[in-house]
Amino acid sequence: MTFKLAASPHAHQRRTTQQIMRWVYLALVPGVLTLMYFFGWGVLWQLALAIVTAWVAEAACMALRGRPISSAWRDHTALVTAVLLAISIPGMAPWWLIVIGTAFSIIVVKHVYGGVGQNIFNPAMAGYVLLLVSFPVQMTSWPLPQSLAQFDLSFWDTTVLIFSGYTPAGYSMEQLRMGVDGLTMATPLDSLRTALNHQLTISEALAQPIFSGLAGIGWQWINAAFLLGGLVLLKVRVISWHIPGGMLLGLLIPASIAWLFAPDQSVSPLMHLLSGATMLGAFFIATDPVTAATSNRGRLYFGLLIGFLVFVIRTWGGYPDAVAFAVLLANMTVPIIDKYSQPTAYGHASGGRGGQS
Amino acid sequence: MSYRELTWQGLWQNNPALVQLLGLCPLLAVSNTVTNALGLGLATLLVLVGSNITVSLVREWVPKEIRIPVFVMVIATFVTVIQLLMNAYVYGLYQALGIFIPLIVTNCVIIGRAEAYASKNPWHHAAYDGLMMGLGFLIVLVLLGGIREVIGNGTLFDGAELLLGDWATALRIELFAVDYPLLLAILPPGAFIAMGFIIALKNGIDRYLEQRASKPVKEVTRARVTSQG
Repeated sequence: MTFKLAASPHAHQRRTTQQIMRWVYLALVPGVLTLMYFFGWGVLWQLALAIVTAWVAEAACMALRGRPISSAWRDHTALVTAVLLAISIPGMAPWWLIVIGTAFSIIVVKHVYGGVGQNIFNPAMAGYVLLLVSFPVQMTSWPLPQSLAQFDLSFWDTTVLIFSGYTPAGYSMEQLRMGVDGLTMATPLDSLRTALNHQLTISEALAQPIFSGLAGIGWQWINAAFLLGGLVLLKVRVISWHIPGGMLLGLLIPASIAWLFAPDQSVSPLMHLLSGATMLGAFFIATDPVTAATSNRGRLYFGLLIGFLVFVIRTWGGYPDAVAFAVLLANMTVPIIDKYSQPTAYGHASGGRGGQS
Repeated sequence: MSYRELTWQGLWQNNPALVQLLGLCPLLAVSNTVTNALGLGLATLLVLVGSNITVSLVREWVPKEIRIPVFVMVIATFVTVIQLLMNAYVYGLYQALGIFIPLIVTNCVIIGRAEAYASKNPWHHAAYDGLMMGLGFLIVLVLLGGIREVIGNGTLFDGAELLLGDWATALRIELFAVDYPLLLAILPPGAFIAMGFIIALKNGIDRYLEQRASKPVKEVTRARVTSQG
């Protein structure tokens, strides 16, 4: 009997980029279904538009750079960018919004920096920030959760609305956002911010109809669905717990402190966790392997930083949600985090800082 | 240096905005429309020519040790003159440009040319150098302003009457009507992104020209290890 001697590593990571990306799609399914349940059919159109734009942009960039175009189809990173952007923006947003955002993500944020694996910033979030800064009205026009809405929109209504700006019956987005009482309603985080700016206490703000349940109609379930998908990714080891754990902890700690000291002026920690893009951000966006820190300790710091920034921007910033800005800011710190969280190599003295050896 | 060489250096080879990357603050801040860009570009051009001539004329009498304060005083004088002139004749543009007119004093292109060229060369060369450097800066500024105005607003020469008088309202070109302007192009990040693309384009053209020039030479006698200095 012979023993073959092979050099390490003995345990292989057999997954290819495509397989990882396929797991990510799969894990997004519950979240997308919940989004559809609460906010209508729009998200399907956004997904379709984003994917087509991403394909075209990726293929064009590959052709320009003299690379094989087929790789745009084969490796799914462009598609994941497109999908993440599509589910981040309001479902009924006009069609050109997602097209501009996706094209910017792929062409400027990804390929100008050198393509897959080279980009500094998370492409989906950079595209989101471009859209949010440029078109604040469209980007904050979330439709009402279906249970509160005045109008029931069919698939055809949604399609016409996305491509022409009006439903077949002639209603604009502005009218559709009015509840049964004729008042325009914003997302839970947005309403809370407005209420706090008007010197209302949290308990008064929470009396609005959009807040039944833990964190606003719809949003808590959407976040729960993304959490479920994220746990699947953790289970199959597509992502490690460091970034999502760090981010949720980084958000939870300051939110709890603020809430304990001033429960009437601060958003409760549970609400922080279950509203806006918290769970989507923690499990799907911040965990982008290209733009996150590389070592496990670094990932933990990276996550903590994002969580803390989300709290800071949500509490004192000018925009209602903060995940995109927090992720981009944390992306910038990744080189420093990587430098100071480099693990000690076996056999070397501990405490050595990166770059000195 | 011949005039031909000075022209080439100022407009392309050593362009203050694209190669030296000087004076980026006003370049990025006021290039949101063609009109603003043209106004600030012309003001910078005039200050640059004036200060280059003056610095060159007094270069024999300025002690080395205090040359920088002297240059700054000269530049500040010209900026004050320009500022008062703009206040008198193009008040609308004066208000639109705001703090960036007095800030021309701190524009590194101007002090850079005073230090690097005007203080070592006769006045007519210095004047021509100032003109070409100023034009190089102006062209980039207007190009950037044009790109940002078209993307952000769909127009060109919007508000040109502020600079050129009432007849210039006819210059306004509306390329396409936008219901929702792409604000990012008008805001500072748009300036950085557009500037990056312009620099990339310039470097791309340079590389293309270099490749085309070196193509006929088949035989490589030696590998060049240093850049062309």
